[in-house]
Amino acid sequence: MTRSSREQILNEIRRATGGPSNQQEVEYAGIRREYRLAGTLNPRARLKMFLDRLNDYNAGTVVCEPDRVAEHIASTLTSRGKQRIIVPAGFPRQWLPAGFEFIDGAGLNYRELDRSDGVLTQCSLAVAFTGTIILQDQAPGEGARALTLVPDYHLCIVDEARIVETVPEAVRALEDSKTVAITTISGPSATADIEMTRIKGVHGPRTLDVIIIGAVPRADT
Amino acid sequence: MRISLFVTCYNDLLFPETGKAVVAILERLGHEVDFPIAQTCCGQMHYNTGYQSDALTLMRRFVSVFREAEVVCVPSSSCVAMMRDHYLKLAAQASTPGLEADVKTLLPRIYEFSELLTDKLGVEDIGAFFPHEVVLHVSCHALRSLRLGDKPARLLRKVRGLTLVEPADGEDCCGFGGTFSVKNADVSAAILAAKIQGLLATGAEVCTAVDNSCLMHIGGALQRQRTAMRTLHLAEILATSQ
Amino acid sequence: MSVRVGLAGTAPGFPEAAKTLLSNTQLRHNLRHATNVIRKKRERVVAEMPDWQDLRNTAHEIKNHVLRHLDTYLEQFEMACVRAGGHVHWARDADEANRIIVGLIQERGHKEVIKVKTMTSDEIQLNTALQSAGITPYETDLADLIVQLGGDQPSHIVVPALHRNRMEIRKLFLEKMGLESLGDRPEDLTEAARQYLRERFLRVKTGISGANFAIAETGSICVVESEGNARMCTTLPEMLITLVGIEKIIPKFRDLEVFLQLLPRSATGERMNPYNSIWTGVTPGSGPQAFHVVLLDNGRTKILTDRESRATLDCIRCGACLNACPVYRQTGGHAYGSIYSGPIGAILTPQLQSMEHSQTLPYASSLCGACYEVCPVKIDIPEILLRLRNRIVSNGDAPLSERIAMKSAAVALSGPRLLRIAHAAARLGQIPFKKGGAIRSLPGMLAGWTEVRDLSAIPKQSFRDWWKERERAKAK
Repeated sequence: MTRSSREQILNEIRRATGGPSNQQEVEYAGIRREYRLAGTLNPRARLKMFLDRLNDYNAGTVVCEPDRVAEHIASTLTSRGKQRIIVPAGFPRQWLPAGFEFIDGAGLNYRELDRSDGVLTQCSLAVAFTGTIILQDQAPGEGARALTLVPDYHLCIVDEARIVETVPEAVRALEDSKTVAITTISGPSATADIEMTRIKGVHGPRTLDVIIIGAVPRADT
Repeated sequence: MRISLFVTCYNDLLFPETGKAVVAILERLGHEVDFPIAQTCCGQMHYNTGYQSDALTLMRRFVSVFREAEVVCVPSSSCVAMMRDHYLKLAAQASTPGLEADVKTLLPRIYEFSELLTDKLGVEDIGAFFPHEVVLHVSCHALRSLRLGDKPARLLRKVRGLTLVEPADGEDCCGFGGTFSVKNADVSAAILAAKIQGLLATGAEVCTAVDNSCLMHIGGALQRQRTAMRTLHLAEILATSQ
Repeated sequence: MSVRVGLAGTAPGFPEAAKTLLSNTQLRHNLRHATNVIRKKRERVVAEMPDWQDLRNTAHEIKNHVLRHLDTYLEQFEMACVRAGGHVHWARDADEANRIIVGLIQERGHKEVIKVKTMTSDEIQLNTALQSAGITPYETDLADLIVQLGGDQPSHIVVPALHRNRMEIRKLFLEKMGLESLGDRPEDLTEAARQYLRERFLRVKTGISGANFAIAETGSICVVESEGNARMCTTLPEMLITLVGIEKIIPKFRDLEVFLQLLPRSATGERMNPYNSIWTGVTPGSGPQAFHVVLLDNGRTKILTDRESRATLDCIRCGACLNACPVYRQTGGHAYGSIYSGPIGAILTPQLQSMEHSQTLPYASSLCGACYEVCPVKIDIPEILLRLRNRIVSNGDAPLSERIAMKSAAVALSGPRLLRIAHAAARLGQIPFKKGGAIRSLPGMLAGWTEVRDLSAIPKQSFRDWWKERERAKAK
């Protein structure tokens, strides 16, 4: 009987490496990790960095007080000319302004998603250093993966308390739910495939706006 | 100090003036220079082309000739890179008793020429006078292997009358690469064309470097194109006087 | 078992291929522009990382650690992936991987697939296999689409269509997408691609992707991208097949904190690429409900056997070494006769395919070291090039003329007496070619050199003769 490819591959590897070793865990634990694990910025500087990086990606940004979220959602959607907006389960109802059509995202097929004007979500985490928002699949207020993918417009509400400074902080914060599918979003979809000219918006949402709920930066800072 | 000169095989045959300049400078600084006549080559060309066993033979000769040297001066960064990057490994592979230990103790006494001046001898101003505009070509081995940094530039800045200018894309390779320029002559020429453009754009009269290998390559094109730029090893500039 | 890397089996040697490409000025113009843009962007975003070298060191250690324990990590990955509802297949070579993938698609009766940019699928020529089974593959990465519509080969690992300019792409799109009119701004072309692919994203029921990272601990796959096409292909279809080279394993989820910092900055010069998707098996109610992973060997276990060149498998396909390489920057990717081009291609292709057709690749480098300096996982590419060159010579595969030249040089350099004779011979030998102080044209191996460069003539007196003369004068 011929051995399975699985067995053959594993055997080849063992022949090359000398086979399984009981040192694996010890060796892994001994890997040098001298890079920056946590950030050093104060909350105000962290927020400023996050905004700068988002702006670098051409994402629209606004910071607002907790009691004015609905108002800012309304003005943002109006300025973008968006009317029929998908909202995932668990998104705070009190933030939904009047005058728009909000569609429950659960159970929509892809073509229905495609016909909407956009999607409104929250996020699990945000990373200031890279201007990244992180969504977990089907988390409350974040929706299934397709929700933030098929529509052409994404408006994300980020609680300032969820902003960490560095990538390692974010990855470690996800440790407990690491098998949940994750999408990290850093600006709208983009390409530079034609003559290295960066074009905003290819297949994912072509426009990304972010509303951050937190301390509004004073003009003097 | 008694300094043993390893002039390198190609300087010996093709660029004897560089060797003479090194001798003149070191003697001017009050050191005794010794040229062990049994020396030949560091083995770089063979090693880099894949002929490791020939390289090993040449390394053995080098080590036996310079084993007792107090300090070895080499006016070629790529040869020093060959020694520092590959000698230990090569010695470990050979089953010659004592060779690895000899290499280990010899390596710290080997200095590239500009390194010898700035690091070991602690001099930058050698009283040279060279009233010309000069562009420094940073060779790859000097930059990435020996990490000479601004050592050659520091020496040049102390030369009276000399104006040092910076080329665009100064850290790009000139395309020589030893046998690369023979085996891939066309690509090498294309890389060289880009390099020459950057150098000529500076308007300098002289292109210098710590390696005559790069300079031979660059100079070959400068001469062929009848440009108004010539090449000169760093040592030959530093050996000038008023 | 037979290892195959794209069309590399029939490619011409590097110097010949390069010579042809060097006369394509359009290509070289595009190349210079593209590599300069990415290089500058990379430099800027790497400079703002105070811990870049620390990250490189960790990545290097993690990758080497994985290779030492690859068997255990693969088994761990398989177990976790299956536990999460995925299926894992193992393929020894390209043919087996293609057979598995075609079989899975045929089982469902699907006739079309949407594909995410994956080098590995180009390596096994998956599209050819799909087409001959009556399945239509749609490349969805913009550059890959350009390459596919043009019946072309990728010329860069990260930006495969950088050899094409906008006018060429416009012409191609007009023709192949059946459009009436189309502008020539990158925006117009991108919009055309969006329209062309959107319907296919919503319709096609099988997606095929590669993996940037496969996490042993969780059985998760991570795909890094910019356009959103990867999210489309890995989220919308009923079935997803992910082709993974066995070296793509990382031990734990948290190791992403290292690689997700290194990869985007190295690859595209971005702080973070627009999208990363990380998923584990099947999630009820979201994403594909059938998920298959094909683990591919295709020569990788053979590379693993050589400790000295094993680090070739550390590569995370960022392409930084291509942009930094003076050789690649002149010739582009096609000269390498393989989908893996540039410095990494020069060490990967010859090792994957037993060196047969790629003897010239390890010599396609001036050994300037720029590749090693930018490599985010610290693969000492020059060192591995030298290792492979030595292997070619040891196998007796070097050209005869070169062997003779090297042997003669070795003899001449074997001692001062023979060296002086060789010096004299060289001085005599140059006479027919000397014109003034220079040699303008030489025959044989050196003909290419003197085509565009003079060689300095050999001076009358060598340094050693001068020294002896001086010593004699001193002694008097």
